[in-house]
Amino acid sequence: MNSSVATTHHGPASGLSRWLYTTNHKDIGTLYLWFSFVMFLTGGCMALLIRAELFQPGLQLIQPEFFNQMTTMHGLIMVFGAVMPAFVGLANWMIPMMVGAPDMALPRMNNWSFWILPFAFSMMLSTLFMEGGAPNFGWTFYAPLSTTYAPPSVTFFIFAVHMMGISSIMGAINIIATILNLRAPGMNMMKLPLFVWTWLITAFLLIAVMPVLAGVVTMMLMDIHFGTSFFNAAGGGDPVLFQHVFWFFGHPEVYIMILPAFGIVSEIIPTFARKKLFGYPSMVYATASIAFLSFIVWAHHMFTVGMPLVGEVFFMFATMLIAVPTGVKVFNWVATMFRGSLTFETPMLFALAFVVLFTIGGFSGLMLAIAPADFQYHDTYFVVAHFHYVLVPGAVFAIMAGAYYWLPKWCGNYYSETMGKVHFWCSFIGVNITFFPMHFIGLAGMPRRIPDYALQFADFNAVATVGAFIFGFSQLIFLYNVLHCIRKGRKASDEVWEGSHGLEWTLPSPAPYHSFSEAPQIK
Amino acid sequence: MSIIHKKTRTVKWLVASCVLMFGFGFALVPIYDVFCRITGLNGKVDLIPAQPSSVIDESRQIKLQLVAVNNETMPWEFKPKTVVTRLSPGEMHQTAYLARNLTERMMIAQAVPSVSPSEAAPFVQKINCFCFERQPLDGRSEKWMPLVVSIDPSLPKHISTITLSYTLFDITPDTPSTVTLSERGSL
Repeated sequence: MNSSVATTHHGPASGLSRWLYTTNHKDIGTLYLWFSFVMFLTGGCMALLIRAELFQPGLQLIQPEFFNQMTTMHGLIMVFGAVMPAFVGLANWMIPMMVGAPDMALPRMNNWSFWILPFAFSMMLSTLFMEGGAPNFGWTFYAPLSTTYAPPSVTFFIFAVHMMGISSIMGAINIIATILNLRAPGMNMMKLPLFVWTWLITAFLLIAVMPVLAGVVTMMLMDIHFGTSFFNAAGGGDPVLFQHVFWFFGHPEVYIMILPAFGIVSEIIPTFARKKLFGYPSMVYATASIAFLSFIVWAHHMFTVGMPLVGEVFFMFATMLIAVPTGVKVFNWVATMFRGSLTFETPMLFALAFVVLFTIGGFSGLMLAIAPADFQYHDTYFVVAHFHYVLVPGAVFAIMAGAYYWLPKWCGNYYSETMGKVHFWCSFIGVNITFFPMHFIGLAGMPRRIPDYALQFADFNAVATVGAFIFGFSQLIFLYNVLHCIRKGRKASDEVWEGSHGLEWTLPSPAPYHSFSEAPQIK
Repeated sequence: MSIIHKKTRTVKWLVASCVLMFGFGFALVPIYDVFCRITGLNGKVDLIPAQPSSVIDESRQIKLQLVAVNNETMPWEFKPKTVVTRLSPGEMHQTAYLARNLTERMMIAQAVPSVSPSEAAPFVQKINCFCFERQPLDGRSEKWMPLVVSIDPSLPKHISTITLSYTLFDITPDTPSTVTLSERGSL
């Protein structure tokens, strides 16, 4: 510390204190990204335990109680610990550089919003070692399973959710304040890169629904400890109310996990197609429409709770309506590639896989949206196949694509293209082997969240487990590639990619610790 | 306006929206209740005594089915005096439910009504109901709990059968109303 005071404050401080006290958006972005990668591996190990148990029918490795804890923790960690922080990390790194700002609008709050997360997740993971075990009621924590019948550790779970909610809200406030106030002169709203646009809309979704999540866990807390009866029928409450409030948060939440992915892919495809993005304004309007629609479709998660017919029909059609703006997006990506001079570097491969596989996930979503058919699909592996298709080759592939795309800008070196391609093909094949058979066993009636299954599902389950291990272990290639890139990758040029476009590529590689201290002029 | 000023204003707006949305989460509870009551969805019924109707619609008969459900591990015997009755809309029907406490200790129960089809919920009028108050009962004893019900003559014509279901909950204080983990394992 002494030396840094003596010299200048243009470079980072040294040692651990650099990371603890940093208010630099690039440092905080890096922290977010590493944190989310650690969580990704943690949640991934839990997924592999689940798949290992499901390799054969019967109980082999773990007890049903522990299996339930694994499905719950896997979901919570992947949603709140891996996907969301990864997007916030990318936002921290890229948004100031993309809008020509020197840093995020509220750098100190930025530090705080990151450093809450390790505490929140330590608390969450510590429940695994508590008496009665970790939360075992599924990541959707339906009452009364999560109130009346919950293990004692549920209180720690509630506070962990509060903490990550506060962290997300602070992150969202920061991002909105940056985009609305710190744009370089001439960077008007319709010139914003699409990643910035999608994050702006995502941040508004976060502001709207994270407080509702905080509210619903607070109600649980009060039901458990203070004798209220929000979700307790004996006291005049209603368990179905829980599901309504939860999914009022939960549905926008799934768009929080996919809209920034749309943004990343909309940055990458034009670069490697060497063309401008087709239909920029329609992309912006489509994103906004998806965000709006996300607030009026929540009950499609609850078609089987006994809603009246009017409700089923309304939520069915409202849900199907989402396919329209999503279709506009997919059309625009394809149109961007049409007659472009395409090259297939690793980010482009991940982006292409995103477009194809996310669309498959979208279509199975449409099948689930059909209320009468949903009674058959509800709570089966078909649902598991659907949301893993939109979240793994959807959100996670987009994050990988973004990481490869911007990595040379972050650390000044190229990653190894060969290793990147090996990582891509292992992931692509692994993901499809894992989740495609789940469609079939789901349609055949295998229920989700059960550690054992009937014999006729054995073959597809064995195949899915093999795929899961291929996918899981191929992420170590990514880890090695990133470390290799940081240490001894080939030096990257400033524009990095031949077809790159946008302010971030005008900066040197690696991006200097302080960039755009003087705002650039946008033509 | 300076950047700092603009930033503060944005942040104030955003923080206010967060607080508002936190409140909205809680407001969803009464909104949900009111919504269900107005639309009659969810089979929710008012827990306030209704006034008996002055007109009786003799032109049709409604089949009223009475159902008794014990919640979870509620150890009482609980059943209606008559399971099915036919009555004209507006006619007052007097019946009762039997409650028998099979345990040794004094317990308090609360019955929660529900109507199916939910469309009929607003038309089931309970003039007197044991569900209006909590029901204490000594160990090894029983009682008939009165129910006086009538059906609003403005009931839609296409409804000819109504099910009135009561779920009995154990709300005895001091005893754990929730089943502990170990007990659950043995179930």
